[in-house]
Amino acid sequence: MRLMVLVSVVAVGWSGVCLGDASLELKIGYLWAKPVKIRVSLLDVPADNDGLAGAQLAIDDNTTTGQFLNQSFAVVDRELGADGDPAAAVKALADQGVGVIVASLDADRLLAVADAAKARGQFVLNAAATDERLREQDCRGNVIHVAPSRTMLADALAQYLAWKKWGKWLLVVGSHDKDRLFADALRLSATRFGAKIVAEREFKDTGGARRTDSGLVDVQRQMPSLTQGAPEHDVVVAADESEVFAGYLPYRTSEPRPVAGSAGLVPVTWNAAFDQWGAIQLQNRFGAKFHRAMSALDMQAWTAVRMVGEASVRAGTADTAALLAYVKGPDFSVAAFKGQKLTLRDWNLQLRQPILLFDGRNTVSVSPQEGYLHQYSTLDTLGTDRPSTKCKLN
Amino acid sequence: MDGLRSLGLACLMLLALGAGAGSALAYTAYVSNEKGNSISVVDTDAMKVIATIPTGQRPRGIETSKDGKLVYVAAGDDDTIQIIDAATLKVVGKLPSGEDPEQFAIDPAGGFLYVSNENDAKLTIIDLATRERVGQVAVGIEPEGVAVSPDSRIVVCTSETTSMAHFIDVEKRKVVGNLLLGARPRSAAFKADGSELWVTSEVGGGLSIVDPVARKAKQVVKFTIPGLRAEAIQPVGINLTRDGKFGFVHLGPANRVAVVDGTSHEVLKYLLVGQRVWHGAFTPDEKYLLVANGLSNDISVIDVAAQKVIKSIQVGEMPWGIAIAPAPGGEH
Repeated sequence: MRLMVLVSVVAVGWSGVCLGDASLELKIGYLWAKPVKIRVSLLDVPADNDGLAGAQLAIDDNTTTGQFLNQSFAVVDRELGADGDPAAAVKALADQGVGVIVASLDADRLLAVADAAKARGQFVLNAAATDERLREQDCRGNVIHVAPSRTMLADALAQYLAWKKWGKWLLVVGSHDKDRLFADALRLSATRFGAKIVAEREFKDTGGARRTDSGLVDVQRQMPSLTQGAPEHDVVVAADESEVFAGYLPYRTSEPRPVAGSAGLVPVTWNAAFDQWGAIQLQNRFGAKFHRAMSALDMQAWTAVRMVGEASVRAGTADTAALLAYVKGPDFSVAAFKGQKLTLRDWNLQLRQPILLFDGRNTVSVSPQEGYLHQYSTLDTLGTDRPSTKCKLN
Repeated sequence: MDGLRSLGLACLMLLALGAGAGSALAYTAYVSNEKGNSISVVDTDAMKVIATIPTGQRPRGIETSKDGKLVYVAAGDDDTIQIIDAATLKVVGKLPSGEDPEQFAIDPAGGFLYVSNENDAKLTIIDLATRERVGQVAVGIEPEGVAVSPDSRIVVCTSETTSMAHFIDVEKRKVVGNLLLGARPRSAAFKADGSELWVTSEVGGGLSIVDPVARKAKQVVKFTIPGLRAEAIQPVGINLTRDGKFGFVHLGPANRVAVVDGTSHEVLKYLLVGQRVWHGAFTPDEKYLLVANGLSNDISVIDVAAQKVIKSIQVGEMPWGIAIAPAPGGEH
């Protein structure tokens, strides 16, 4: 019965907005900063339209659905330069009629965007920043987190290592802030899932180039010494979000041990080889349109834009406040090729989602692992759960 | 001793054959094995695999011609529907299905085959007499389930990412209606009298009961199984009895088939089957329903009247779909 009511609402809501005025389309902003292009492996260098391509594909997908309901969607893309003013960017988007902003930005700039957006009645979908604080002490009532948090990623990995009974970790941490934040998440996960960190090592980034001609010779000597002399361990876990060294660990550790974390077995939301649960369809659509592999950031942006499309179709509205209310409400869910519907944690607006464990070629496993139970959703075994949250939504 | 034992076995086999002779017709079930790239041929009297037919890559959707003489199987990764002669079990031809065929349906009159092309958001129409493509209709993203109305005039196609059922007028070859449904609508089935259309939503987790004339959902049936989390309940295939009194809905990773009352739409029972149940088919006498269990590499045999699982039969790797027809050669 509810569905029937919903469908009639859709018809009424959108016919009211759209009929007779084709220019009234739902515009979704995509606000992004250029990613760092320096990577350990050339294969990991992001494309110029990394993320944006995902958002554009989702607009196509929304539009195909919308055409049957007289809805239309468009993306308004705006790059935020290194010194760009987030508030000015938000204003510029607002001037173009954008009420919903998908952001691929770091934590500080995301918060600046969120606060500027709040003043204008806009809301933000965080497609990139994994920082815990955005979901905890710095959470916002108008920010929805599509990107997983670092603890969700770390827990996904820790559950699998526990399933493998690889309980003794050698933790190697980079020297940048975000490396340390990922290491914090990994330590917490080790505690939660019964792993023991037998030793920690730091890799100091002294500012040299990632890749140099004949640099391999140097790296081959460097990685064994970084990992040698540690107590007995099952796995080397690396925290290197800055991509300075972890990519060089596999096959070069002092002891013959698998590598996980920032290299080796990596927790991600997507990879170009993923084909389960109909994902091959999305990979094919993406490849046909952009002629390159679909990245995790593309997928996160795709999911964010699809969430807006889904809300507008289901709630039958293009109104920003009504869209936000629907996304935050109990009826919202989105299908994103993860084998189950994805919903929002109502206490901090984080999207619940399975996490893929990728070895660079294939998906090794998908967490949560079997056997980790939860009274509400097994997806809540990944990341900070309701009883531990510091978030107060406003 | 050995001689005696084999004599005893021979007697048992004779007895079994004798029991089988009770039914006038023998039936053959064809099970597509998605990973095995094969069809397991099952004798539904002996309840065992009697042959295996190699197919193209990733066979999923499977149907027989109305006379049971041909088997059609969608080989998705080969972008074709293969035609198999039921008498010789050999591939004898193919249909221009368009890209990546998965589910398809043949109209009750037996003249046309309708197949969804997941990759390019289209429904392809094939004339079975000439084996030629006669039309394509643009639908939503990732079209999946296909059902033809009993009067052969309307084809319903579900699109998974668009979350709609599209109603296509066969004569005009165009979409004449769209209905928004629960997330990832997967399969559609008409009641034989055309009074209702049932559509499963794999991610939404429900079964929509649709009035196909008004093109409105009149009810959404939800499935709850104690001890099973909601996300594991993913309705996929549907089999409705000809009299419309019972529907069997296959719940994927919930490893259960739900028995739904055709009139009240209440869930009457959950039958435990193998792992990740996809699709099924009735024997033509509707005595048995066979369902394919994708992860346990077997099919479960359901006694329809008793609403009980009575047997499982090992088939090929990752069975997906089933079609059943009178055995070629006919009566015992």
